Amino acid sequence: MRPGSGIVPAVKDLLYRMADDALILGHRHSEWTGLGPVLEEDIAFSSIAQDKIGHAYALYQLLHELGEPEPDRIAFFRDAPQFRCCHLVEYPNGGYDFSLMRHFLYDVAEQCRYHLLESSRYEPLAQLARKVRGEIKYHVFHATQWVLHLGARGTEESHQRMQQALEQVFPLALGIFEPTEYDDLLAAASIFPGERPLQDRWLETIVPLIEQATLRLPALEAVVPAYGGRCGIHTEYLQPLLDEMGEVIRSEPEAEW
Amino acid sequence: MYGNLSLVEPLNGVEQENPEKLAEFEERISRGEKIEPTDWMPREYRRQVLRLVEQHAHSEIIGALPEGTWITRAPGFKRKLALMAKVQDEVGHAQLLYSAAETLGKPREFMINDLLSGKAKYSNVFNYPALTWADTAIIAWLVDAGAIINQTLNSKGSYGPYTRALERICKEEAFHLKYGYDNVVTLASGTKRQRQMLQEALNRWWKPIMHFFGPPDAVSVHSEKLMRWKVKMASNDEMRQMFLDAYVPRIWELGLNIPDPNLRKDPETGKWEYSDPDWDEFWRVINGNGPCNRERLAVRRMADELGAWVRRALLKPERQYVAPLF
Repeated sequence: MRPGSGIVPAVKDLLYRMADDALILGHRHSEWTGLGPVLEEDIAFSSIAQDKIGHAYALYQLLHELGEPEPDRIAFFRDAPQFRCCHLVEYPNGGYDFSLMRHFLYDVAEQCRYHLLESSRYEPLAQLARKVRGEIKYHVFHATQWVLHLGARGTEESHQRMQQALEQVFPLALGIFEPTEYDDLLAAASIFPGERPLQDRWLETIVPLIEQATLRLPALEAVVPAYGGRCGIHTEYLQPLLDEMGEVIRSEPEAEW
Repeated sequence: MYGNLSLVEPLNGVEQENPEKLAEFEERISRGEKIEPTDWMPREYRRQVLRLVEQHAHSEIIGALPEGTWITRAPGFKRKLALMAKVQDEVGHAQLLYSAAETLGKPREFMINDLLSGKAKYSNVFNYPALTWADTAIIAWLVDAGAIINQTLNSKGSYGPYTRALERICKEEAFHLKYGYDNVVTLASGTKRQRQMLQEALNRWWKPIMHFFGPPDAVSVHSEKLMRWKVKMASNDEMRQMFLDAYVPRIWELGLNIPDPNLRKDPETGKWEYSDPDWDEFWRVINGNGPCNRERLAVRRMADELGAWVRRALLKPERQYVAPLF
């Protein structure tokens, strides 16, 4: 990829979308620390959160190499309109049902996305994709085991909660795949095949798992995907989250912390 | 993080134990042997060790709360990732310790219930709020430093499962201490506002840290037998002296003021002298009336209620937990 070529803004947009998703979801997962339904889940969510924030850092580092500011600057000093995350990651944690279903639908999408990126022509991203594969495998494993258990092997109550959570989260999760103006360009340059093929792959993966969990996936045509995040239009939850995240570092922006 | 078995309960019924078995048990301990879960032990030993390990476990999960609230505000990737890992470690310690306590016959669920009902105690230090980012730095450095002193001593104690858990915990705590110190040094060498924030945090935390090791030996009774049984490894005052000896010079070295005009080391006795850190307040807090007691338990109760459906879904009705020793 030649610097200054027309593809750079497209790559940056892709990196921002991925990094912002990982940062905000990692931040949300970290809010479970000390509050999980069992100690082991506190620890698991915290561990996954650390991985996600680590992924965000690595992606911001790639952006920095493409001329964007330092990772701390990008992550802690932008306001909501400059963020490119999807609405799914912005929502407050709610109960464990919502958080778990979000974790499941998001991580399967992440796994599919990074898998496609392993053969990206943008080599730094392909390298990162190969590096994070092992971590994401565990995230998907964790989420899948819990969804299967609470859906199919738990109680009537846990089944109902998982079904409600699925109905609530599914339209939000479709927002991950919001088409962007750069999709064709990225596909033509063999950097990333695009959001539509990713969504198809994601659906192929989740449908049998959701069946196994004895849950019903809402019909695709019956739901409105939560689009907007990729163009900087966000839910009411993002700005307060960013205010909180930047509270200390913004109080003395030039200081070392 | 945990202070000490700061309030020693009177020992009951030791004289009713079989004298031969008791003598044999005490000999094993004096030879430095570890007591394992299936070994014979006096009832009172079981009760006191269980109480100690359980209090320690509770302290770890409650201790995750004051620092945990700063994960979402940590300034920058480095601090955010480090604080997340540190607080996760503390929750991990709780998991290890509940497992160690369970070997004495009390299921984790019963222990959690006793915490939520207010029956079980946890370290007083967590009933104080972490008001600024600098408070988290002071906690990670000095409260963890105190915990390491206490836990390193306890890891030489007599109850096998607890000492093994502590060896692992101490390794992680040593890392927390480094993290806390790095954080404190950054603030101490930072801007005027950062230095002021740090000084104010130290002012707030000094008293709770002095309380951390428990009331003075002069008013702590009944601990002689527990020392012989290697349940309690050093007196409260001894540990406080060890802490002051190691950390006061380092605090001064950073240009911070310790808010006690009477703090000095007596050159003749080699002991630190200090003002009365308001033991009345200590008793108020331990009896449930500190600045955050209600909030801490309310948060845990809320988490417990919200997660109850998940735990119900994990239960297998055909399998009953059997606690043979209770």
